[in-house]
Amino acid sequence: MQRSTGLLLVTVLGLAATACGSGEPASPSAGGAEAVTITVACQPAKSAPKERQAWDDDVATFMKNHPGVTVKSTDQQPCFDPKTFGPKMAGGQMETVFVVPVTNYADVIGKGQALDITPYTSTIKNWNDLRPDVRELVTKDGKVYGVPNVHYGVGLVYNRALFTKAGLDPNSPPATWAEVREAAKKIAALGQGYVGYGEYSGGNTGGWHFTQAIYGRGGSILTPDNTKAAFNSPEGKAVLQTLHDMRWVDNSMGNKLLVGWESLMMAMGSGKVGMMLGAPDVVTDVVNKFKGNVADYGITGFPEAKASLSGGEAFMINPKATPEEAKAGLAWLDFRFNTVGKGRFDFARGKALGNPVGVPDNDVYGDSPTGKAIQADRVKNASLPVENYEPYVRAAATIPPKAEPVHAQELYAILDVPMSGVLSRKDAGIDQLLADAETKANSLLAAKG
Amino acid sequence: MGILRRNLTAYGFLCAALACFAVFAWYPMVREFVLSFQKTDLINPPEWVGLDNFTAAVQDPAFGEAWLNTVEFTLLALLCGYAVPFVVALVLNELRHARAYLRFVVYLPVMLPPIVAVLLFRWFYDPGPGLFNQVLGAVGLPPLAWLDSSSTALISLVLVSTWMNMGSATLIYLAALQNIPPELYEAAELDGAGILKRVRHVTIPQTRLILLLMLMLQIVATMQVFIEPYMLTGGGPENATVSVAYLMYQFAFSQMNYGQAGALGMMLMLALLVFAALQLRTTREDQA
Repeated sequence: MQRSTGLLLVTVLGLAATACGSGEPASPSAGGAEAVTITVACQPAKSAPKERQAWDDDVATFMKNHPGVTVKSTDQQPCFDPKTFGPKMAGGQMETVFVVPVTNYADVIGKGQALDITPYTSTIKNWNDLRPDVRELVTKDGKVYGVPNVHYGVGLVYNRALFTKAGLDPNSPPATWAEVREAAKKIAALGQGYVGYGEYSGGNTGGWHFTQAIYGRGGSILTPDNTKAAFNSPEGKAVLQTLHDMRWVDNSMGNKLLVGWESLMMAMGSGKVGMMLGAPDVVTDVVNKFKGNVADYGITGFPEAKASLSGGEAFMINPKATPEEAKAGLAWLDFRFNTVGKGRFDFARGKALGNPVGVPDNDVYGDSPTGKAIQADRVKNASLPVENYEPYVRAAATIPPKAEPVHAQELYAILDVPMSGVLSRKDAGIDQLLADAETKANSLLAAKG
Repeated sequence: MGILRRNLTAYGFLCAALACFAVFAWYPMVREFVLSFQKTDLINPPEWVGLDNFTAAVQDPAFGEAWLNTVEFTLLALLCGYAVPFVVALVLNELRHARAYLRFVVYLPVMLPPIVAVLLFRWFYDPGPGLFNQVLGAVGLPPLAWLDSSSTALISLVLVSTWMNMGSATLIYLAALQNIPPELYEAAELDGAGILKRVRHVTIPQTRLILLLMLMLQIVATMQVFIEPYMLTGGGPENATVSVAYLMYQFAFSQMNYGQAGALGMMLMLALLVFAALQLRTTREDQA
């Protein structure tokens, strides 16, 4: 147990890092122009050599096209890690161009950890083709702090092979919660170890999925003015009641609590879980990281959806970057991330490398000309059965996105409790669980002001 | 001057040790103390906020549960992790055969990286194919939910912790037992003392200092329980395994409330200081 005594020390050491400058001083290049060096995040890991080589090739091409700009890549995985974000920023180790998930936009922008790039937006390629609601997420008080890179809504990921095995039609996935329950029962009836419907319950993931579910049913986590909890509502009760009944009445959710992001993904990858809430990137991750068989997975729209929790990420610029570094960083983003047929949108290269191409995992350009061109190119070079994702694409176009609540992580921690309550206790009192969580959330909101 | 020159090497070693302590132990403590009175995002200049971080930490919905769980975990861990290694050491000390082998076996879990040990127990506790439920089933008992029930989750973590750490404690007790003069046992035996009486009237008094020292050290260590809830339960179900250290981690790295994490860290440090002071006092009294 003494091994744990180091926790305090490690934590404090991390917090004790002192701020210093991030950018290297610019010096004149051979041609007389100001030389600039930028660091860019998200280089693929060494364990993915083909993707890493493609990235390195892009860096080399970019530097050739931009004399005087030197690009240094970092390959921290995942690109954004809340545990290291603050200390990296304070220690001057944050990249010039870094990625932030949508869950952390408000936090990063609110704390002044991203550069105001409003003066440069007119120079960003396809800026006006980015979905306005997605651009709004990186905008605060009329100032822009990021270039949206990925956007998606939540749907229902399902295992088509299990549907077939259970006598269900994989081309007619469930569209209502009643249908989800029925399908889950049939899949669970396949035998021991089969789980009809998987759900999270701890490590803040329970609260996160509760939010997805209540948004889908038309409910909210907070009141519009963000001062009170709003989840103790008919929609919130319906979320918990459905889960409770699936777990204890139908016995279709297995008997293990799932804590942490990878737990459900691993279960899904094992091929014995029928359905889960998730965005299209779940399919990519289940296939790439958890050895799922790509042909088995499909995704459809959120059952009875009235809104969908937004997911995605944006690139932001280090607030300590010089104007030259900021311009070079944005030029890199244009080159690698915003050009149809190039960089990350070079689907032909992705297919040749053996990457899963075809998952509609990015709706950042919506149905703009750029968005349509990307989708056409994606379908043309698809290596996956794109028809498996059509129900999601059709549904996603009609479901309005909804942003995360303020103080999301604190609220998710509170909402883990009712989620784990209904999934671990047959006699769980849903009204009481929600009332307790509401009291805690209101105390938290009052304390936060 | 002569003394100084003669002891130069010793002073050199002392300075190196002091420098290490200053940089890696004392400075972080001072920084944490300062941090607990500041609001900071580690980017912009910190802002002094008085006791706001302490107030916010106390007002957090999980604060009370975290302290109660930590105290309960500590008591249960002492019950298992303090008594079991002592009994195991007594048995090992009495053995005449396979002593080295058994000591190795007892110490083996300590050599496993904690993360491996915890993952091993994740499988042991699996409500489906897990080892423990298979054993229960083999002897005709119903399966348990282990980590998945708020009534058994905490004790399940205690078992992991005990298994992971009992090797070190056992070896320390064993070393203490082997320092007891054998003639004391012989005298006790001549007086007709059985095993229990020998333990009570010879072993325990002779190892009193080590027992007290280990008690304090174990309290200090177990109150900082983190790896087990972080890896196995995420603080659940229903906050049944949220510990103070886990909550501190949540404040700092999930919620980015570094000052609030620092404030909670200071509270934990104060609580632990009480036990550290008791340990010092016990040691001094014994030496006096």
